[in-house]
Amino acid sequence: MANIKVLVAKPGLDGHDRGAKVVARALRDAGFEVIYTGIRLTPEQIAEAALQDDVQVVALSLLSGAHNTLFPKVVELLKEKGLNDVLVLGGGVIPDADIPGLKAAGIAEVFTPGTPTSKIVECIKANVK
Amino acid sequence: MEIVDKLLSHSRLALSKAITAVENEYDDAVKIMTEIYPHTGNAYVIGITGPPGAGKSTLTDKLAKEYRKRGKTVGIVAIDPTSPYSGGAILGDRIRMMDLMADEGIFVRSMATRGSLGGLSQKAGDAVKLMDAYGMDVIIVETVGVGQSEVDIVKTADTTMVVVIPGMGDDIQAIKAGILEIGDLFTINKADREGTDKLNIEIEMMLELNPEHVGWRPPINRTIASKGEGIEAVVDSIEAHKAYLIDSGKLSDIRKKRIKNEVEAMLNDRVNRYIDKEVIQTQGFDDLVVKMQSREIEPYSVVDDIVGKVLK
Repeated sequence: MANIKVLVAKPGLDGHDRGAKVVARALRDAGFEVIYTGIRLTPEQIAEAALQDDVQVVALSLLSGAHNTLFPKVVELLKEKGLNDVLVLGGGVIPDADIPGLKAAGIAEVFTPGTPTSKIVECIKANVK
Repeated sequence: MEIVDKLLSHSRLALSKAITAVENEYDDAVKIMTEIYPHTGNAYVIGITGPPGAGKSTLTDKLAKEYRKRGKTVGIVAIDPTSPYSGGAILGDRIRMMDLMADEGIFVRSMATRGSLGGLSQKAGDAVKLMDAYGMDVIIVETVGVGQSEVDIVKTADTTMVVVIPGMGDDIQAIKAGILEIGDLFTINKADREGTDKLNIEIEMMLELNPEHVGWRPPINRTIASKGEGIEAVVDSIEAHKAYLIDSGKLSDIRKKRIKNEVEAMLNDRVNRYIDKEVIQTQGFDDLVVKMQSREIEPYSVVDDIVGKVLK
């Protein structure tokens, strides 16, 4: 009876949401419940939404280059709110060089353009009980 | 129970986890609901329904803000349909309410319908009770009125609002009659569009023909929710309905009916699940279906036989 819940969000000032919407639909088709929260969100809004819907996964999309600041901030706020078991994933325009830093900050995986959506689905199924 | 104590002490995390326990039918769900039950019965419940695209979520966002201005705390349960093909869902109501995330006096929970054996009515009702026990003054339940269980949820509210928009083709006739008849108030959203006056007249005509509403004539308000226009009048109408229910003593009747309906739904849900597990999902049943297909036996005696055995 329990579906996996995924929050899809775009922090910061980036309005390019086509990718996020494609991912949202793919996740729905994989049987997940996707809370699509849209664009131009603050990390605080994202973390609060994650708390209220008690999601297992937060998927962040960013194409504007602010990922090194905003992604870790979301991870930090989730922990502050007591959400310690949330899988945080990142996607968008993220240079390979930044990925290790993001992972160290708590982003489990980063899925850059060209990744088949099935990879994201597999990652979620493998990491969420 | 720790989670209940925390919820009653205003922990948002505890409220969220408690709703999850109920939604996913965890082992501690029944205990949680039993413990919080004495703390329920205080919140005023508003049901909002209407066709997809009417602007219910945007309207809910604005109504919540207006209630906050009036000093009330607001809980929101936003229900969206589960895909019958994938079993997944896009819960797209919260996106209209992201402003509300910064306000500690508001709590929004998105919920998927999860299929006919999912017990949606009970789960939505339990989420409302949890928010009630947490201390929310007003709770808004928002759902698309396409399925019977969704209409049922909204019917159990204290005040039910139907949201419609102009220009929907054959206008009012296109909307399910059941939804129209349960409205305690009507909101024509996107009222800057053509067809608003016509729609208003049609709703009035329908209300004239319907003898149901004795003592309370459902008001028709116009809003442009995206611009925040017309919101105060809608809240005024809800409050007027509430005052009417209290003065006439009908609020108590509604809440009695809600409890009765809830228990009835819970019983039906249990029975349905039992039948699904013990009858439908068995090989024996498959064999019966094959025999019916070859016309060896017919459905009526099959059902009589099964009912006879189950009710022993």
